[in-house]
Amino acid sequence: MSTTTPAVVLSGITKRFPGVVANSDVHLTVRAGEVHALCGENGAGKSTLMKILYGMQHPDEGTIEVNGRQVRFRTPADAIKAGIGMVHQHFMLADNLTVQENVVLGAESLHGIGGKARKRIQELAKATGLTVDPGVLVERLGVADRQRVEILKVLYRGAKVIILDEPTAVLVPQEVDELFATLRSMQRQGFTFLFISHKLDEVRAIADSVTVIRRGTTVGTADPKAVSSRQLAEMMVGSELPSPETRESTVTDRVVLRVENLGLVAEEGTRPVLDRIDLVVRAGEVVGIAGVEGNGQTELVETIMGIRKAHHGRVLLGDRDLTKLGTLARREAGIGYVPEDRHRQGLLLEQPLWANRVLGHQTREPVSRGQWLDLDGAKRDTRRIVEEFDVRTPGIDVAAAALSGGNQQKLVVGRELSGAPSLLIASHPTRGVDVGAQALIWDAIKRARAAGLAVLLISADLDELIGLSDTIKVMLRGRLVADADPGTVTPEDLGSAMTGAGATSDAVHEAAQEVEGER
Amino acid sequence: MGILRGKLLPPALAILFSALLCGIALVVSGANPARAFGAMVSQVGQGTTLVDIINSTGTYYIAALAVAIGFQMNLFNIGVEGQYRVAAVVAAVFGGSVVLPPGLHALAIIVVAALVGAAWAAIPAILKVTRGVNEVISTIMMNGLALGLAAYLIGDDVFGELRGNNIRTPEIAESGWVPGISLGSSGTIFGLVFLAALLGIGYWVMMNRTRFGFELRASGESATAAAAGGVNAKKMVLIAMLLSGAIAGLVSMPEILGRDHTYNLNFPAGIGFSGIAIALLGRNHPGGIAFGALLWAFLDKSGLALDNVGVPREIVTIMQGSIVLSVVVAYEVVRRVELTAQQRRVGRELEAAS
Repeated sequence: MSTTTPAVVLSGITKRFPGVVANSDVHLTVRAGEVHALCGENGAGKSTLMKILYGMQHPDEGTIEVNGRQVRFRTPADAIKAGIGMVHQHFMLADNLTVQENVVLGAESLHGIGGKARKRIQELAKATGLTVDPGVLVERLGVADRQRVEILKVLYRGAKVIILDEPTAVLVPQEVDELFATLRSMQRQGFTFLFISHKLDEVRAIADSVTVIRRGTTVGTADPKAVSSRQLAEMMVGSELPSPETRESTVTDRVVLRVENLGLVAEEGTRPVLDRIDLVVRAGEVVGIAGVEGNGQTELVETIMGIRKAHHGRVLLGDRDLTKLGTLARREAGIGYVPEDRHRQGLLLEQPLWANRVLGHQTREPVSRGQWLDLDGAKRDTRRIVEEFDVRTPGIDVAAAALSGGNQQKLVVGRELSGAPSLLIASHPTRGVDVGAQALIWDAIKRARAAGLAVLLISADLDELIGLSDTIKVMLRGRLVADADPGTVTPEDLGSAMTGAGATSDAVHEAAQEVEGER
Repeated sequence: MGILRGKLLPPALAILFSALLCGIALVVSGANPARAFGAMVSQVGQGTTLVDIINSTGTYYIAALAVAIGFQMNLFNIGVEGQYRVAAVVAAVFGGSVVLPPGLHALAIIVVAALVGAAWAAIPAILKVTRGVNEVISTIMMNGLALGLAAYLIGDDVFGELRGNNIRTPEIAESGWVPGISLGSSGTIFGLVFLAALLGIGYWVMMNRTRFGFELRASGESATAAAAGGVNAKKMVLIAMLLSGAIAGLVSMPEILGRDHTYNLNFPAGIGFSGIAIALLGRNHPGGIAFGALLWAFLDKSGLALDNVGVPREIVTIMQGSIVLSVVVAYEVVRRVELTAQQRRVGRELEAAS
């Protein structure tokens, strides 16, 4: 294959970019017809590189060659013309339009918007196995189907080289297998893929070659069949690997959080979002909640935090009934809360770090005294967090937005573990952070657990969930439908329980009696 | 250094830009811009203009503070106009119908004005908290009601009395007056201009040193983060609105207690709307608002001189409008530039450290 012209060659790409990440002297060669994986921790510069290839950013130095011809992309439209398409991590679809309308949107000049366009979509779908009904509304589709629509979109525009930005992040294991099968069949038809991921097992499963990027520059290219996940990971991190594994159990029999018969009804109707949830978290215990996103995890957490009002049921912390209290009172009672979206819920992005230390603690020492803020106390304690949690920042007066995601998250976790909470609710605590920050956050959770903290952990990262939890519960359509033993369960078992396919292993026990009650 | 530049550069640019714009408008309409601006500047030294500017600055400052409190949490209190009007009538009626010892009398009137302003603002606040009614709409409607209510209250068969061809509330006894600083023929600075300054200091302390101020800012910057941090959004809306209304209630106090001693048909209108523009201009910062209020008062008062050089006074309105517009744009541009500059700086410093 080495005799044919490579599909894409990036050489000497350098991008000086506001913020922590830049690309410096990146070299990447993608052969025609291969699946080429681009690996690196979050913030290593993968996305920037792909944006450069897709014409969304312009390199300061370096050249791009497509099919042997040097090109210069001013906009994504140029890249599309050259046959490069990108499937973004966050889908860019209009919910209230049909599949066909979404595919055609912006490319009306190719085949019109009527029957011809529909025929073309059906041809593409048939040829690639991306079967979706062009007439159905996108809002009706599940995540995997939406992804198919995204891929169809770039195919429709004539892409031969397709960039997939973390395509498996939103999929359960079974859906990942399907995606890979599709990719392989498309590969046989001559499509080339650039597969961005930091999930090394997947990279090894699908890629023909893999390029590792670290701190903005390419470390090397390897044959995934010839290297182990561990070797790859060490190329990525450049050091020893962290692991989420917790060793001995520290679970006590002192109940910290007790949720009884909790129910929540969707705002727009009577559909229960949370249905009779019973949950107990003990001191020194990490209870993990597994579930495909959108099955009520967010609502469960926000109801326990008092951000949403429960329809029925009770929430108790120790012996205290918190059901009628507001969020602030619940925090004061001893709940720390790492929200799932640090930008929306965890931080005041334009405020300095020390002001962010105050958020959520504004009624407690050391950041306030009565009705007054204690600026000195807040700053002192922020410095403590910066030091203890290794938040990489030049000072505590910079705006939170100036930090990288991992450092922002370390600050949030540090804040939420301040003031000796008895319960920590952590929603996706390491989502979108680099491996270093991940290890540190895992460590912090483990240490707090050993000191008797009760932790409710929600995560889409099944390895994290299995590694950290003492008990795993599976959530489906607003219910806790199964228990799993983190000691023996595999991500695949959990995945099938999460999609409602039922228990496939002894490690998953369906939550008895009421599961198949009424629906 | 950089911080100060970020704060001062945008308004300076905006004022320059709008002066340019007005200059062009003047040239187009056949006048000499240099002469017009010259007339405005030299007007400051004429008669009582300087003192008028200072007094007017105080009034605008209070109005803009009232608006700014709401702005801090993205609450648009368009109703300052109505709140200060109703407060003025009721306070004037109250002051004219009781007699208290000196000092206490004035204080009582001020407190009544603040309470009435807060009460008037409470209606939209409660509507928003309980029924989700948008405060912009409800406060605008309350402005209409305020105008009608004030007109009714000073009717001569209600609380008002006819004096010449003016209708007014009964005059407040001398014990309720707040003496000013007399500068002879140059006029008298209202004593309550200092109330405005005190309010400004109080506002700064509240925003930067108190829990409430922090929660207000947090709500304004990110409602979702504030909610997750335990800030009760409804409570904040209610308190911010009441506070805004209370301060709005004080807008007319310098004039009523310092000069007019009554509410009459010549009562100034539109201060609440100017307050919105000034709060925008000053970016809700007490210092910025003071500057904005001064600029506004200058344009207002020295704009009178334009008639003398044959230039329509309305050019001042154009200038005020274009200043606000360009300030808002300039700040937003500078804000984004500064944020990326900071991100870049942090990146650089970390790189150097590692």
